[in-house]
Amino acid sequence: MKLDKDTLRDLVDEKLPRAQVRAIQSGYKDTDRFDKYVEILQERVTWDDPIVLPFGEHLFIVSKGSGSYLVKCDCGHEFCDYRENWKLEALINVRDTVEELREIYPDKMHGDPRWNVLREYFCPGCRTLLEVEAVPPGYPPVHDFVPDLEGFYLDWLGRPLPA
Amino acid sequence: MAMVDRTRELEPLAAEERRSIGWEGGSALQMLTESERRFAETGRYCGVEDLEMKRNDPIRFEKIFSRLRGGLVTARETALNISASPIVKEIGELCFALYTPEGDSVALSTGIIVHVHTMSDAIKFMIRQGYEENPGIEPGDIFTNNDAMIGDVHNADVQTIVPIFWQEELIGWAAGVTHEIDIGAKTPGSVPIGPISRYEDGIDLPAKKIGSNDELWRDHVLAGLKGTRTPMYWTLDEKTRLAGCHMIREAVERVILEEGIDTYKQFMREVIEDGRRSFISRLRELTVPGRYRAAAFTDLPFAKEEQLPSYARKDTMMHAPVELRITRDGVMELDYDGASSWGYHSANCTPSSMQGALWVQLTQTLICNDKVNDGAYLGLRQNFPPGTWANHSNPQASTGNAWFFLIPSYTGFIKSLSRSLQARGFVEEVLAPYGLTANAFQGGGIDQYGRQSATTNFGLSCVGGGAKMVLDGLDYAAAMWNPEGDMGDMEMWELIEPFLYLSQRVKPNTAGPGRHRGGSGYECLRLAWKTPFYEMQNIGNGRCFIQAGLWGGYPAATGYRHNIRNTNLLELAAEQTPFPVREPDPADSALAREITGDHQFDIETTTLPEVMREGDLYLCMFRGGAGTGDPLERSYRSVMDDIEGDYLLPRYAESVYGVVPGDERRTEERRAEIRTRRGEQAVPVREWMQSERERILARDMIEPVQRMYAESMRLSERWAKEFRDFWDLPEDFEFDVPTPEVDLAKTLLGAS
Repeated sequence: MKLDKDTLRDLVDEKLPRAQVRAIQSGYKDTDRFDKYVEILQERVTWDDPIVLPFGEHLFIVSKGSGSYLVKCDCGHEFCDYRENWKLEALINVRDTVEELREIYPDKMHGDPRWNVLREYFCPGCRTLLEVEAVPPGYPPVHDFVPDLEGFYLDWLGRPLPA
Repeated sequence: MAMVDRTRELEPLAAEERRSIGWEGGSALQMLTESERRFAETGRYCGVEDLEMKRNDPIRFEKIFSRLRGGLVTARETALNISASPIVKEIGELCFALYTPEGDSVALSTGIIVHVHTMSDAIKFMIRQGYEENPGIEPGDIFTNNDAMIGDVHNADVQTIVPIFWQEELIGWAAGVTHEIDIGAKTPGSVPIGPISRYEDGIDLPAKKIGSNDELWRDHVLAGLKGTRTPMYWTLDEKTRLAGCHMIREAVERVILEEGIDTYKQFMREVIEDGRRSFISRLRELTVPGRYRAAAFTDLPFAKEEQLPSYARKDTMMHAPVELRITRDGVMELDYDGASSWGYHSANCTPSSMQGALWVQLTQTLICNDKVNDGAYLGLRQNFPPGTWANHSNPQASTGNAWFFLIPSYTGFIKSLSRSLQARGFVEEVLAPYGLTANAFQGGGIDQYGRQSATTNFGLSCVGGGAKMVLDGLDYAAAMWNPEGDMGDMEMWELIEPFLYLSQRVKPNTAGPGRHRGGSGYECLRLAWKTPFYEMQNIGNGRCFIQAGLWGGYPAATGYRHNIRNTNLLELAAEQTPFPVREPDPADSALAREITGDHQFDIETTTLPEVMREGDLYLCMFRGGAGTGDPLERSYRSVMDDIEGDYLLPRYAESVYGVVPGDERRTEERRAEIRTRRGEQAVPVREWMQSERERILARDMIEPVQRMYAESMRLSERWAKEFRDFWDLPEDFEFDVPTPEVDLAKTLLGAS
């Protein structure tokens, strides 16, 4: 299915009727989706660093020149090199008491904080909640994703990484 | 019929004295060995380089595939009508598949397609074990298997496997699986929570020959009748599987008659190689190479179960540190290194069960549009480390309820794949972790007809789906293990279970919050009816969230238990006094206030059977899916719709979403306040890490958590080093708790 940029923009903005979303889900995928998606995202951010890879809601890997690639929030806050775990540079709130968990879940539906706590990771720039972890106490923050940027661009897209 | 009759005329030739059943005078084992050698040497299925038929005659190629696929789907849709079990007949917990002589799947039906690969394992086991010589593989033979160490998930998934011959040659296998309603295990039902060894897992069919000349042997039939609490369902399910296999055989024979045997042989080779190439191209088309991680957990609290032996009576926390790697050359690797130990419970898995689950996830994500067969499997690598729960490697371990750990663990796969799909721009494909298919309403005793019976209610096959990036999750409509979500009809379940439905409705707040919330779960209130005793279990997570959502999405709620015995409900009904039939908010429960009796109202959500009698109440709570995105970004209208639709208790509109119901302007102000408060309450992660490190050094955590860490560290030096390095712990840091299961695993693995 050929998905033009305007339709993709509407898909991202959730303006399409559900039946059309369903058709896009079931259809063959557009081969230039990545470039169109990055273009749409790039048009929306207020900074000029080239987006190298979308990195979840609000986050991007951007090129800072000279082979430097950072994790950056759409608010402009820069975290760290993309190979490092951005969570270590975030703000954290740990819900490890029954009272804190009951702000999110009803009584008896929040587990036992001695077994499992909720960690909320916020952007220091805009305070957006970027990730939640449900882990036992003492668990190292999960390093969710380390992309092989070079392999992706050179071997899969057939072009060099943006400078 | 004329064409099929012709094929029957050929069979006496195959029944004569023969040297071997493989192609060109070889054996099936030689064919399997050669196929694997060619793949190892070339990286292509059977060494196929040129998809000649597909290239030269693509219409014919597609037509053959469609006819085989149609034959499989028809076999499933027709054969399930033989069954009387609601699990098979209503829910459709069966599937059929067609294999090559070596046991590689060519095509499959709809249904519980987890088993396409497990049955492949079973066929290859029989070939490797020399079944060709003893007990023999002949036209008209019937085989069965339900052994997870050979090729299955757990005993309740029973397979029937039929060889397909053309003249003297084995040209494939037809196989089908059904999920039994009771498997004759230590405790009633199909996912028994009682077994602690395989000797308690129920009917044991480790790749056995059970029939010849297209008929089941009487000794096998009689053994089945004695082996389960539900012999009628067992017998009809077996006939269902056999009828389906024979329909598939006929479909294959028709194709061969029309297309010729040489064409069919070439087609089998090419279609699997085509499936392999298609998988790789899909991977390169949809994902981004790299390393992905997502850890999943669940709780198995057995310390309270006094009837268990001392060595099994403990609380266990399952750890699944899932790592997904996508390599530059288009190989997907799934690695469970660091998983916690196997144990004396029924939630252990085998490589076959893990691969089956991977298969069903792939067919709902990366390869949902293309020809689905074992070609995709050839593009995968997995590591399920021996001694862990994911590969127990213990011939005595139970796998009766393997799904209990397997299901939460694969949330890590979906979550990781979704990160890749979003990075590539395929936002419509993103899925947050699905809901745990629980609670399992399961038990046995004397039913409303005065008969001995057992049940596993498959309402659990409709829990909440994970949120998408552009939509909320599916409400009460999904199960990770069956792409066709169906909860069945209450009327049908009431026919076979001595429990009436007092209600069935949406359960508020089961979904994980987020910009898009997960799909919601639901609840049923069941009234024990006309039963002198029925032993009921509870199965599901109560202490642990299984997995958080994506990008700020929260995990789905955990479950709880509310069962009430010796109630006054029947008295209230006789007096025509209104009584509550639902529990939307366990913090404000009318059931707790207005129904007298002995309440079990807690988070003990996995229990051995306990008796219920007429008038008792059982609340069955089904889980939701996880969310995506920051809940403060959920639209005001969506939150209001959730309240109005009973998906969200009103008081959580503000604490979770920052929504002031009825006032959109104040909502914006409230959300700004919450963002400000976040900045005041939260601390830099590196600052928090210092206090967390001190907590680890002090071993300030409960014993099950310490034991989980100890098991993972003792089973994986790599995981232990990474844990110590991250927290900057001494090189000899250990959690000083005994892990006897790890010790035994090392002994067993050393011995092997």
